[in-house]
Amino acid sequence: METASHTTSLAKERIKMDVQNLNFYYGKFQALKSITLRIPEKKVTAFIGPSGCGKSTLLRVFNRMFELYPEQRAEGEVKVDGENILTSKEDVALVRAKIGMIFQKPTPFPMSIYDNIAFGVRLFESLSRSAMDDRVEWALKKAALWNEAKDKLGQSGTSLSGGQQQRLCIARGIAVKPEIILFDEPCSALDPISTAKIEELIDELKHDYTVAIVTHNMQQAARVSDYTAYMYLGEMIEFGDTDQIFVKPARKETEDYITGRFG
Amino acid sequence: MVSGDHSMRKYDEELEAIRSRVLHMGGLVESQVRTALAAFEKGDLELAQQAIDADRRVNELELELDQMVIHVIARRQPTAGDLRMIIGTAKAIVDIERIGDEATKIARAVKWLHEKGAGTRMHRVPDVQHLGEIAVSMLRRTLDAFARMDVAAAASIIKDDRGVDDRFRAILRQLITFMMEDPRTISSSLDIVWAAKAIERIGDHAKNIAEFIIFISQGVDMRHMTPDEVERALARG
Repeated sequence: METASHTTSLAKERIKMDVQNLNFYYGKFQALKSITLRIPEKKVTAFIGPSGCGKSTLLRVFNRMFELYPEQRAEGEVKVDGENILTSKEDVALVRAKIGMIFQKPTPFPMSIYDNIAFGVRLFESLSRSAMDDRVEWALKKAALWNEAKDKLGQSGTSLSGGQQQRLCIARGIAVKPEIILFDEPCSALDPISTAKIEELIDELKHDYTVAIVTHNMQQAARVSDYTAYMYLGEMIEFGDTDQIFVKPARKETEDYITGRFG
Repeated sequence: MVSGDHSMRKYDEELEAIRSRVLHMGGLVESQVRTALAAFEKGDLELAQQAIDADRRVNELELELDQMVIHVIARRQPTAGDLRMIIGTAKAIVDIERIGDEATKIARAVKWLHEKGAGTRMHRVPDVQHLGEIAVSMLRRTLDAFARMDVAAAASIIKDDRGVDDRFRAILRQLITFMMEDPRTISSSLDIVWAAKAIERIGDHAKNIAEFIIFISQGVDMRHMTPDEVERALARG
């Protein structure tokens, strides 16, 4: 199926991630069908669609998370700044440092708040103690958690509230200086106030990073994203400006889904 | 435009209730305008009063509809076709209500003319009647187009408004001639000008509603476009 694309402003953007004819298989089951799209730099791109449409799978391909499972394979191209990460010889850990992911449920490591952040940094860089302190503070500030956490950096990350844990995970992802941050349903386990904080944070993060977010909450996609992609049964049905998708989608399938006429 | 078949049946019912209430309000206003024009044609004070009284119900409906629209926005966060329907309707309601106000103005002019003892001679300025017929027909077609979300009909209504404006100017010239020939007719001629202006405004409001019909069904905002631009925008879809 041809993806409906009526984006005029995308032409003006610098493209960070260029996906061409991406197919993805869980064993024999094809979960993504010839996905082609371009994700603009320093913008928020939201992926919406019913459960099982492939949006989380797509996100997992973006940082080669699927390689943890031998029966899963991807065909096609996912170019980041021109280089296809699917065939790149680059260490997968480096790919994931460059393309971080925040999951549905907060996943702090069972260690102190400080070490949660320092752990990933130590994998890639050897920093002095004071440089590491600065990095931890910088990441916590970027994740809007510094004020709440600065007096208890030695406490366990799991002692924080759900919303704080999620921001800790964002700080952890930012600390290794990624270029792209992927969010997979980052607020589905959070209350509305924590959700609002994460959404505000996403809005801040896009000044420095390219953001892709998968969400079941269409209003969240409408609130936080610049571009929206609607997926259904492994296909990219429509991609465009968020305003346009939510006011005048080009395809009836998109219209039916976002207006709640989905059977 | 989409309609029906939401996963939530109650949402469908709410949108349908708004739609049918708008059509009900439109029907009342149409009959209010017809009554006011009949009053003008015959110099009938009783009909004029009826047209004035009818405005109260129209105003009530405007308030009710506003509440219904606010409710749907607050509860459902409408998107896409639903969003355009809600916003377009909320704006169309304002124009429908204003048409009611214009009918009231026509009816008031009838009363003033009567008080001045202008008799029925002045009422029979034939072009005013004709202008009224065109305006009522525009209103009728606008309401039909709204009920069916008929873009082609809406586009032709937008075009027709130019004719109404031209006719109004012709009436004005005719009345100015009257007034110059016989200054005693100035006062009643001015009342007729008010009535004709009110009729001309009904055409403007019908045109506005037609623009909202196109916005609702096509997502294209036609306001402030020339008729040629409208045609081109519609061709693009």
